[in-house]
Amino acid sequence: MSAPRLELKAVSKRFGDLEVLADINISVRPGEFVSILGPSGAGKSTILQLLTGALSRDGGAMACDGVPLDGNSHRFAFMPQRDALMPWRRVIDNTALGLEVQGMSRSAARAVVQPLFAEFGLAGFERNYPAQLSGGMRQRAALLRTVVQESSMLLLDEPFGALDALTRARMQRWLSGMWTRHGWTVLLITHDVREAVLLSDRIYVLSPRPARILRHYEIPLPHPRTPANSHALAEVEADILQTLLNLEE
Amino acid sequence: MPIRPTFMRDVARLISHAGPAVLSVSALVLVWEAYARVSGISPTALPAPSRVLVQGFEQRDVLASHTLATLQATLFGFSCSLCAAFLFSVLVDFFRPLRRALFPVFIITQTLPLVAIAPLIVLWFGFGLTPKIVLVALVTFFPMLVALVQGYDSTDRDIEALMASMGASRRRIFVAARLPSALPYFFAGLRISITYAVVGAIFAEYAGAVRGLGIYILNAKNNFRPDLVLSAVFVSATLTLCLFGATVLVQRAAMPWARFEEPKP
Ligand SMILES: Nc1ncnc2c1ncn2[C@@H]1O[C@H](COP(=O)(O)OP(=O)(O)OP(=O)(O)O)[C@@H](O)[C@H]1O
Ligand SMILES: [Mg+2]
Repeated sequence: MSAPRLELKAVSKRFGDLEVLADINISVRPGEFVSILGPSGAGKSTILQLLTGALSRDGGAMACDGVPLDGNSHRFAFMPQRDALMPWRRVIDNTALGLEVQGMSRSAARAVVQPLFAEFGLAGFERNYPAQLSGGMRQRAALLRTVVQESSMLLLDEPFGALDALTRARMQRWLSGMWTRHGWTVLLITHDVREAVLLSDRIYVLSPRPARILRHYEIPLPHPRTPANSHALAEVEADILQTLLNLEE
Repeated sequence: MPIRPTFMRDVARLISHAGPAVLSVSALVLVWEAYARVSGISPTALPAPSRVLVQGFEQRDVLASHTLATLQATLFGFSCSLCAAFLFSVLVDFFRPLRRALFPVFIITQTLPLVAIAPLIVLWFGFGLTPKIVLVALVTFFPMLVALVQGYDSTDRDIEALMASMGASRRRIFVAARLPSALPYFFAGLRISITYAVVGAIFAEYAGAVRGLGIYILNAKNNFRPDLVLSAVFVSATLTLCLFGATVLVQRAAMPWARFEEPKP
């Protein structure tokens, strides 16, 4: 079997006296959709920051396609917890930011992202500013900015956390469809159990700080998930919810 | 075209904003005029506004040439100050320890009383343009520097983290994220500093100059012509307002996205 796209072994991290990650073991195979669920403050965003190189780990090992991740050698496409769109850039230039940083000229970068606007439900808004977009559109723009980087893996930090319930449900379906079509490898951070169950092949549940992997779920149901699956999904969801609730006691 | 409705809205807003101020100023001028006429007070003590206007108009050529000198000093001095503030802001942003070394020195320059420092600067730099530029720069440099540095620090951490995750260099992050983030702060500083700049130039001229509104005011005062003093004051106020208005227009043009944003609380 080929090496996993991403592998974390016994990764740990502390901020001074605060031990945040105790023992994190995660692996993601190419084309897989994996979610990390955990209570607020458990250290979910910290895991992604280790992967983007914004923080460095204190212990353990991380590898991508079998190659150890050290220094800033590897780049994952990262979508931060808030959309982080630049208010002063037009939507098209926001989505092209990663390409420009990679050295593409502005016009070439625009030409790459432009054809994707329709698929991301942003057609006609290329020349607008982010402040003129709705919450759902902003998230789609941020996601478009993430996927055009053509990275081996997408790291999404609670992409729909700030949306209202209806928009969020819509965006989840949309993302599920996009993922099936494009075959991305995704690591999704969320604290929405239903979202994780609906979208993921596998789910890791984190314990509260200091975080370790508490449980690991496989959901071997086809994507995109239809109402026919809803019973099986609801069972997994209830199980995970129970696990998380038991933590509180 | 979307330009027309926004333009009309701007005009409407201007009227609703400026209306009360225009009314109160007009009332003040009327009361002043009435008092100067009825009380029989000597025009060398308190000239009526009408007299200020007429005398000022008669002197328009002289006034204009002095105004030009002041405007030149203001713009020159302010440009130098802006360049210096920008350079130092970049320096301080890239080499943090410099901030703690330099800021105390700059703060001391802000505590110097203008009345004391202006004659010294004229003494050192002569009666030409230089002392004016120095004084204008002295009063505007630090406010602009602080505005810029604060603006850089206001950059959204998520945006910086995002750019870093894309592999952007420090310089790239500065240009693409920190600099644009500082624009609102920069313009807020600009609006205040431009008014200081005019005051600074006039102060320098008052302490000694060949031409300029400051020296004109000094001469008019020494000749017991308060009407001409007030004319010059009126001109300098108008000049300041125009410069202030210009910064607002520049900000509009430089930050086209701002009009779509909700006003910050
Ligand atoms: N740079 C830092 N310095 C010090 N402490 C930090 C830092 N970053 C995060 N922490 C702490 O680490 C803990 C985990 O933070 P993290 O942002 O990873 O949580 P999270 O699981 O993403 O939470 P949420 O679901 O609320 O986003 C928190 O207690 C936080 O205060
Ligand atoms: Mg988080």
